[in-house]
Formats: sequence, C-alpha cells, structure tokens
Amino acid sequence: MSSSQTPDAPVFVAKTSGGRITDFVDQRVGGSGILREFGRKVFPDHWSFMFGEVALYSFVILLLSGTFLTFFFDPSMAETHYAGSYAPLKNVEMSVAYSSSLDISFDVRGGMFMRQVHHWSALLFVASVSVHMLRVFFTGAFRKPRELNWVVGSVLLILSMAAGFTGYSLPDDLLSGNGLRIIDGVIKSIPVIGTYTSFFLFGGEFPGTMIISRLYMLHILLVPALILLMIVMHLFMVVVHKHTQYPGPGRNDGNVVGYPLGPVYAAKAGGFFFIVFGVVALMAAFFTINPIWNYGPYDPSPVSAGTQPDWYIGFVDGALRLMPGTIGDWKVEQIWFGHMFTFNVLLPALVPAGILFTVMFAYPWIERWITKDNREHHVLDRPRNAPTRTAIGMAGFVWYCVMWAAAGSDLIATHFHVALNDVTYWLRALFFIGPVIAFIVTKRVALALQRKDREIALHGRETGRIVRLPHGEFIEVHAPLDEYKRYKLVGFESPAPLPAVPNENGVVDRREKRRAKLSRWFFEDRVAPATPAELEAAHGHHGAHEAVEAAESQKTLSH
Amino acid sequence: MGNHSDGGPNDSGTVATAGQNEVEKFQDPGIPPHRLRLADTDPKAAKKAERQVALLFGISVVGTLIFLVAYFAIDLGDDSTIATIRLQNALLGLGTAFAMLGIGTGIVHWAKALMPDHEVSEERHAIRTEEDRQAAVRIVDDIVEETGIKRRPLIRNTLLGAVALAPLPALAIFGDLGPRPDDTLAHTMWAPQDGKLKRLARDPDGTPIKAADVTLGSAFHVIPEGLNELSEGKLNEKAKSVVLLMRLNPEELHPSPGREDWAYNGIVAYSKICTHVGCPVALYEQQTHHLLCPCHQSTFDLTQQCKVIFGPASRPLPQLPISVDSEGYLVATSDFHEPVGPTYWEREQHVLIPNS
Repeated sequence: MSSSQTPDAPVFVAKTSGGRITDFVDQRVGGSGILREFGRKVFPDHWSFMFGEVALYSFVILLLSGTFLTFFFDPSMAETHYAGSYAPLKNVEMSVAYSSSLDISFDVRGGMFMRQVHHWSALLFVASVSVHMLRVFFTGAFRKPRELNWVVGSVLLILSMAAGFTGYSLPDDLLSGNGLRIIDGVIKSIPVIGTYTSFFLFGGEFPGTMIISRLYMLHILLVPALILLMIVMHLFMVVVHKHTQYPGPGRNDGNVVGYPLGPVYAAKAGGFFFIVFGVVALMAAFFTINPIWNYGPYDPSPVSAGTQPDWYIGFVDGALRLMPGTIGDWKVEQIWFGHMFTFNVLLPALVPAGILFTVMFAYPWIERWITKDNREHHVLDRPRNAPTRTAIGMAGFVWYCVMWAAAGSDLIATHFHVALNDVTYWLRALFFIGPVIAFIVTKRVALALQRKDREIALHGRETGRIVRLPHGEFIEVHAPLDEYKRYKLVGFESPAPLPAVPNENGVVDRREKRRAKLSRWFFEDRVAPATPAELEAAHGHHGAHEAVEAAESQKTLSH
Repeated sequence: MGNHSDGGPNDSGTVATAGQNEVEKFQDPGIPPHRLRLADTDPKAAKKAERQVALLFGISVVGTLIFLVAYFAIDLGDDSTIATIRLQNALLGLGTAFAMLGIGTGIVHWAKALMPDHEVSEERHAIRTEEDRQAAVRIVDDIVEETGIKRRPLIRNTLLGAVALAPLPALAIFGDLGPRPDDTLAHTMWAPQDGKLKRLARDPDGTPIKAADVTLGSAFHVIPEGLNELSEGKLNEKAKSVVLLMRLNPEELHPSPGREDWAYNGIVAYSKICTHVGCPVALYEQQTHHLLCPCHQSTFDLTQQCKVIFGPASRPLPQLPISVDSEGYLVATSDFHEPVGPTYWEREQHVLIPNS
C-alpha cells in the first residue's frame, strides 16, 4: 500500500501458506491495517458478556431458518380447502397462509424442524436482547461514552419485539388471529385516528384479506433490514469504544485486560455460535413450540381458554388485563363531546410500555444529570456498588414482571386453585407496591452485600475453623485475602451526594436544587470501600471480632 | 460518633467515612500472576486435551450423518403420520445438535485448554484527540455560518415549510391502504334483508335453530343464516355477527324498559364479541349465568343484560333482539341497536338507542 514499495518487487516475502494468502489478499485489496488493528485486539472475558453474543447468534439462526421458510410459505389470505397430510384438518376451509404453514410442518421434509428452530430462536433472540440490556444497565455499561449505543440497543429491543410479533401472526392460525384481534381493538381505541388506522392496516374491516401479506413484508424485509442496520451500528460502536471490563486487579479506565481476539477470543466466540445453534436445535428437536395444527385456522368465533401470547408481548397483554373497565358503576370508558375515550384500553396499552421505554431511553442522561458525572467509564460497576441504580433497575424489572405475570392470571388461577378475581386484585395491588418494595429491598440487599465485602476485605474470609483461646474464648479463624482478591472488593468508587452549586450567575436555580435533592437520594446511603488504614487497624488487634470497633475509631462522622 | 457504622453485621444504617479524597486508597496490585494449566506443563495432559477436542469434532461428524440419515431414510410419503413427523423432527434436531455442539464445544475446549491463555493488557486510546474535538466543533460552526441560514430567516423558514409539507403526498398514498370506515362497523348481517328477518343458525354448520331446540340452561354459538354462503368477506361479517344464545328462566332476566320483547321465552341472544378489544366471549358459566372472555377475563352478567361485573371491559355486550317466525325458528327482529365489538372513536354516533 505504501508508495515507497515498488509494485513488482516486494521486499518482504511471506513464508507460510497462511501468510502468503494473507499477503495476496492484502496486496490486492489492502486490509493489513485493519488486521493489525483487530487481529490481536484485546477483549475482556466474562460470562455475562455472552448474552449479547447469544442475541447476535440467534439472529443469524433466524436469518438462516427464516430464509428456508420463505421458500415454502405463501402469505395469501385467499380461501382454500386443506389437502395436506394432517388428517384432522382434511378439507377444512382455511387461508392459503395457514395451509402453507401446515404444509411446511407436515409435508416439507425438515420443515417442521425449521419452523421449530425459527420460533425457538425468535423467543431466544428477544430474551437474550432483554437479558443483555439488563446486564448493561445493572453494571452501568451505558455510561459515557456508551450512551448512544444504549439507545441503539433499546431500539433493537423494540425491533426484536416487532419482528417477533409480525412473524407470530403469519401462520394465520386461531391463536395468532386472536392476537391480531386484540391489536385491532387497541388501535381502534386511539382517539381521532384509531378507526382509520385500523382500516388502513387491515385494508378494511377486521380481519380483511390483506393483513398477512402486509405483515409478511414487514417481517421479512423492513424489520430485519432495520435490525441488521442497528446491529452494524451497535458493533461498530463496540469497536470504537472497546469493550467494558469488570473491575479487578490490573483493570482500570485506561486499559483493556483480556484475551487477544486471535486466536483465543475468536475461537471462544466463534465456537459459542455453534453451541447456541446446537442448543436451539435440541429445543427444536424435543419441545413443541406453537403447534398451529392444534389451534385450527383463524375464525372470529371460537377461542380456547388459557391461551398465551409469545412471552415478550405478555407485559402489554397483562397490563390490559389488570386495568378495570368499570369502577363500581362508573365506566372508565368515557363519552366526551360525542366521542369515545377508551381509557380502559388506551391507558394500559400505552402508559406502562411508554413509561418503561421512555425511562429506558433516557436513563443514561438522567443519571448523568443527577450525578454530574461527565467522565468516561470503561470499568463496570458491580451492581451492589451502585445501590440506588440497582434498586431503580429492580423496581422497573419487578413492575414489568407483575404485568407479565398478569398475562397468565387465568393460568395462575387454574394451576394454584385460587380465584381468578383474587389473582387480579393481588396483581393490581402489586402493580403499585411491587416496584416500591423491590426498590427498598434491593437497595438494602446491595448495601448489605457491600458491608459483607468490607468485612471480608478487612478481616479475611471465614475458614470454618474454630479455635479455643487460652482463656477459654472460642473464635473462628479468618484467613486473610491475597491482595488481588482484596482489590476486587475495595477497588470501587463510592461518590458522596453532590450539593447544589451556583451557576455562572452565582445563583442556585430551582433546577439545580432539584438535582441536588436527587443526588442526595441517589448517594446518601452508601458504604465506602475499605482503606489501607482500616486494614492496618483491623490487623493491629489480634482477633477478628475486635476489629469492628477498631475500624470505627478510625472514622469521623460526615453527616 | 454513635450513629454511623462501618457496615459490620451488628450495625445497619447509613455509612460514611471521612472525605474520600483524603483517605488513601488501596493500590492496584496489577494483573494477578499467570497460572499455568496442566496442559501447559504436562505433555500428557496436552495430548489428552488434543484427543478430547478431536473426539468432539468426531461427534460433530456423527451428528451430521444422523441428520442426513434421518432426512433421507425417513420418507414422509403422501400421508405422513404425526409419529413419523415427530421421529424425523427429533432425529434432525438431534443430528443438528450433535453437529453444532461438537464443533462448538470442541473449539471452546481447544481455546481453553491448549491456546495461550495469558491475559494481556492493552492501552485504551481516546476516541479522538482534543485537537480533533475542537476542530470538529469549529468545522460544524463554520459550515452553519457559511450557509448563512441563521442570517437569512426567509430561506430558513421557507425551507422548513417546504420540508414540512413534502411528506404529505406520502400520507396521501397511504390513504389508499384501506377504505374509509364510514359506518360499516355499525352494521351487521343481522339486519333484515328485503323485509325478511334473519334466522339464527348454528356455528359453524349454519343450520337454523328452532326455539323448541333451546332447552333451559343450554347455550348455542350462533351465526346469521346465509353467512356460510357468502362468497367473499365471510370472516369480516362473521367477526361482527357472531352471537351467543342462551335460555334462562324468564324471571331471571331483568330487561330494561324498551327491551322487554327482545327475548323469547327466556331465550336471549348477545353479541359474542367482547366490548373490550374484540375477543370472542366464549365461556358461559351455566350456574352463575356469567359470560367470561378468555382473553382478558372480562365478565358479563346475563341476568343484568350482560353488564360488566369484572375485568377490563367497560360496556355491556350488545343484545340482539330476537323472536320466532311462523315455522318456529328463531329470528332476529332487527340488527343490533349499537355497534358490536371494541370501542372506536366514532362509535357514539352509531348508537341507535341511548339507554343501551
């Protein structure tokens, strides 16, 4: 590539065959710079980093299996009479879409397996994206400079649910048809444009004859293209930022500690693709998913009890179930100015999901504003070391789970032999108090774990060996930690609340006061990392039990 | 000094130490010393790991063979039974799983046991230099300045206006995605046709129902006569017109004024489409006379004209006025007096009777 090198007389000659191939490609298309940059790039290693990989790999599996399915699926809603080999449905009137889905299941060799692989990996895809986001949230990986990548990840979460839902509806079976019916009902509840939107989406009245082919286009073209685009952006930013790493000895914000991409990390990550594929194949082999032949073709009249949406739609469905439609004799649905305000559908369908996603998108900026922390962070927080953030995350998670559980309220009632109404009443209560309890409990647990860390850092770990001292006292012998293990327990920041500071005009405005209040709320309960002086003091006294008081005498009260 | 703790198990509550900055911190001891694996020191162990990796790759080959055998040896034929499908599916899955897991675990084992496992530390470089950062801001400022967009509000405002209007054609072409709703949602097949009242027929076979067939306590899933004969739009009509027919003791019904003659001999017909989001209200509790929607558990009380007694629905199920014709068949004396199914924005204008 360099101009100093004459093209016909390369000075350097590669000796190995691998080297010669590399050199051949490089001399024609370039890329030695890229290889130099990435060939040995260091990646930190941790099991929790694999969730993102699972998401990526299940998306690849989705593309592979989905391509196979498109060869046989026909998204037409034209009427036909089933003539395939599944006997119970012989001659039943159904749509071509449903009939071709049955053909994929029963008459295309390997088709059943592909359908199962596709559906299982779709469920796994949304699940791994969600768990990956939880990991990123609880470890604080969204902090500067990765806020934008967090936004891209949030968009990916929404897109993955959109991909799932559009695909779920395609077979035009009874179960997914009822799902579409619910979507139609929710759309119709939108003020002003609801009815029109429903007619446009379905090409007329529900169910019409257009919706499957329209969803098909979204499912195989638009949504996957957007997902692919977002994945490219996501990975590009991972490369730009380099990966975060967990705290520990030798790791700081200025370095990356881990294995070089080639060969170890590439081998582990590449091998992991095959493991994910293998596990999905095992699930597809032995666990039936979405047995559409049991449900029958879509018909607006029948429905079976105990039906469930795919898991990721559950929280919206559950919210719909929790909302009371009447309070006493007062109807939640209101008629104002001759028009319908369907609050019993609108509120649960839009508000909880709206709050969850808005807070999710905005959280990096909210926390940055409260903490005024404008530094770059490449070392993750252990969740216990950011008790308030962890508590906020758990409150949101529990809120989501309450709604999600509500989507199975009928199954909870039948499985545990309790009244359906009671299940709903309890879940309604939990909808409000669940997040509060989760916040308080999580924060206390996080602080307790921090204290435990301090205890271990200062006094060592319990050995289980009980020793009797000459004067008769029994003590348990504690083994001191080596410095590497200890550093993991003490090497974190514990910021103090940041009081309000005047702005450039020398005024503490109301916004700043509010921020200071939030900062106090965020940081006031904290456990400081143990210091060398405290360790010294703890060791100065023989006997671990005395060290507590010893450490205490080293400190002063700060508030 | 009494009200703080260092986090010892006997003290709880807020913990604080003196200002963080003054307190010295533990020094980072650096990356822990590398520990050699067995395979690094013992050639026998390395050889063993090598054989294990090869064995795993071998298992993958076996998996691929299982897949191929299952694919070609099991013939689905013209009438494949569920058992054959299940067997083939299990074997294809098992074959794929072995093939993939063999390769995957083999490579990972290879990487973990035999490839160098020294942890390396690499410097992070700033995403950009401070100089670039300032230059970038300056360039953007210069570009904006050179366009003069701030100094020429006329250009800016007309551009904004043009850009705001430009998507309108796109909206217009999306307007043909479907017909205008008009009042189609307000009408169902139950409206009398050419002066002839529609008979209530069984769902799905379409045979008409005689009032004498409806015994006390029974329930029927009902469609309008002639629905099955529709050549197009059958599901659309069905989605609006399905009805539940039940017979109660006449004294258990408490019809409101104006609805006394909507029932026949204790037989009542209600729309089966939930007023919440449109699922079929398919469950009838015979003892309590409650109708339950399996989707979101809205519960309607038949003895109170299907008033909502639990769940997310707000409105009662619309009632279909019925009677019998000269041959003793149940007929709808008119269409529903209000739109069935989920609420929509214009619904109120389509309601015929205010007290429903």
